[in-house]
Amino acid sequence: MSKVTDGPLNTSLLSVKAETKNLSFHYGSFNALKGINMPLYEKKVTALIGPSGCGKSTYLRCFNRMHDLYPGNRYDGEIRLYPDNTNLLHAHVDPIEVRMRISMVFQKPNPFPKSIYENVAYGLRVRGERKTSIVDEKVEQALRNAALWDEVKHRLKDLAFNLSGGQQQRLCIARALATEPEILLFDEPTSALDPIATASIEELIADLKGKLTILIVTHNMQQAARVSDYTAYMYLGELIEFDATDTIFIKPKNKATEDYITGRFG
Amino acid sequence: MDQTALQQTRDLIRRHKRWDLIFAAVGVVCLGIAALTFTALVIDMAIDGAPRLSPDFFTNFPSRRPAQAGILSAWIGTTLVMLVTAAAAIPVGVAAAVYLEEYAPKNLFTAIIEINITNLAGVPSIVYGLLALGLFVYAFGFGQSILSAGLTLALLILPVVIVATREAIRSIPSAIREAAYALGATKWGTTWDHVLPYSMAGILTGVIIGMARAIGETAPIITIGALTFIAFLPPAPIQTEFPFLSFEWLTAPFTVMPIQMFNWTSRPEAAFHQNAAAAGLVLLFMTLSMNALAIYIRFQLRKRIKW
Repeated sequence: MSKVTDGPLNTSLLSVKAETKNLSFHYGSFNALKGINMPLYEKKVTALIGPSGCGKSTYLRCFNRMHDLYPGNRYDGEIRLYPDNTNLLHAHVDPIEVRMRISMVFQKPNPFPKSIYENVAYGLRVRGERKTSIVDEKVEQALRNAALWDEVKHRLKDLAFNLSGGQQQRLCIARALATEPEILLFDEPTSALDPIATASIEELIADLKGKLTILIVTHNMQQAARVSDYTAYMYLGELIEFDATDTIFIKPKNKATEDYITGRFG
Repeated sequence: MDQTALQQTRDLIRRHKRWDLIFAAVGVVCLGIAALTFTALVIDMAIDGAPRLSPDFFTNFPSRRPAQAGILSAWIGTTLVMLVTAAAAIPVGVAAAVYLEEYAPKNLFTAIIEINITNLAGVPSIVYGLLALGLFVYAFGFGQSILSAGLTLALLILPVVIVATREAIRSIPSAIREAAYALGATKWGTTWDHVLPYSMAGILTGVIIGMARAIGETAPIITIGALTFIAFLPPAPIQTEFPFLSFEWLTAPFTVMPIQMFNWTSRPEAAFHQNAAAAGLVLLFMTLSMNALAIYIRFQLRKRIKW
């Protein structure tokens, strides 16, 4: 546990779940992230905002080593995960193990072309869970946590594709929650959804606050203000400002941040 | 828009639509030619051969007397050869395609392999026959058997299976793969749990197209020594005594439908030509059934997938 001593919301002891130390990233020769140092507080929602191309999704995808799937990418620096103080980016750390601990929800809902039940159960099957009773229980729990249980409990064997966009995204969230991750990453989860579906997802994230460490990338500033405890403003691969959401949106310390927030830029 | 501009726009649209019509007409004519040719062939064969189709035609062995000649050894031979072809081509073809798509690094070496796979599809089938003669019949010692024939045809249709599988795998959006990886699946886990099941429709289509081609291939089978007159069947795969399963049929002499037809057409008696036509109808029916099965399976599997 580390004590943070400036800004509101932190006279209490805040526990750091993860932090990036001088994190840099290259897509081939393009330097997408430049020495980012940022904490991720436990059981808090941290939002990443910034104009298109500032590196927020790139930053997010470092946490679950998604960049490993494509050739030509290079990480520099560290991401330390607590309490075991593992460097997630270390060459000897298995990306599969990282992904077993950290889940992700993507921008466009991407359920598998299987039944609703099988979608949520997949993460459990990957982790070797065979007992049907346990899988049933965890699937129900995850669907309840994703506020989807009542809508689908009578049709768990239906194809996931038959759900609406908002329901599919909640299914993807349930799928990510079923494995009880230490950190849940959201990559612009509502940008492909209509306003009503967006509101239901935001409500869901607000419900998860305090139970789970969440890092959410969003291009929607109002969403960041509504949903998060901490906000980070990024621009051109650098972290410009990181602080409690209230501070960022009411009295940002950096002029660049203020310009972005007020819409003078971006 | 004022009146003259409007009129000009209407004239322009009318001219463009004329081209629409012309192309549609040309398309229908081409389609008609193809359909008519096929129908004419089938009808011609049916007129010749349909009267000859009777239960004993299917259960008789070939004979010197046309009225007693049947296709029993031929259609059983074809079925058994197709079984071996499928059993060899499907695992090898699918595995090769999965490796090339999911595992192989993208470098010059794999690029050369990929180009050559498509080249293989253009190799004349008699060349495959010669290869099989040297490799399967003599070098491996399988002899002039169903096993050699099946393996030869498997080699023949391998490019078709590989290309169809690759296309099917490529059509799976990367978002689905990322979802699987993000849940902690390994590459093989993602391949086995997601990539293969979702590309099954495309894979099966490719397999059956390949088999439909293989069923009519005569040149390579003649080269490896299928006999033209066989009056006995290969030993049955299922026996009454332990171990109940026999593989003797793999090494038995055999014949296939196209060869039987060829044999009959080269005889002078007109009655044998009628037999050949009847056999042709049966072969056509076998091919069309396989295609229909492919379409049905693809339809069923595609219902679950929407992207």
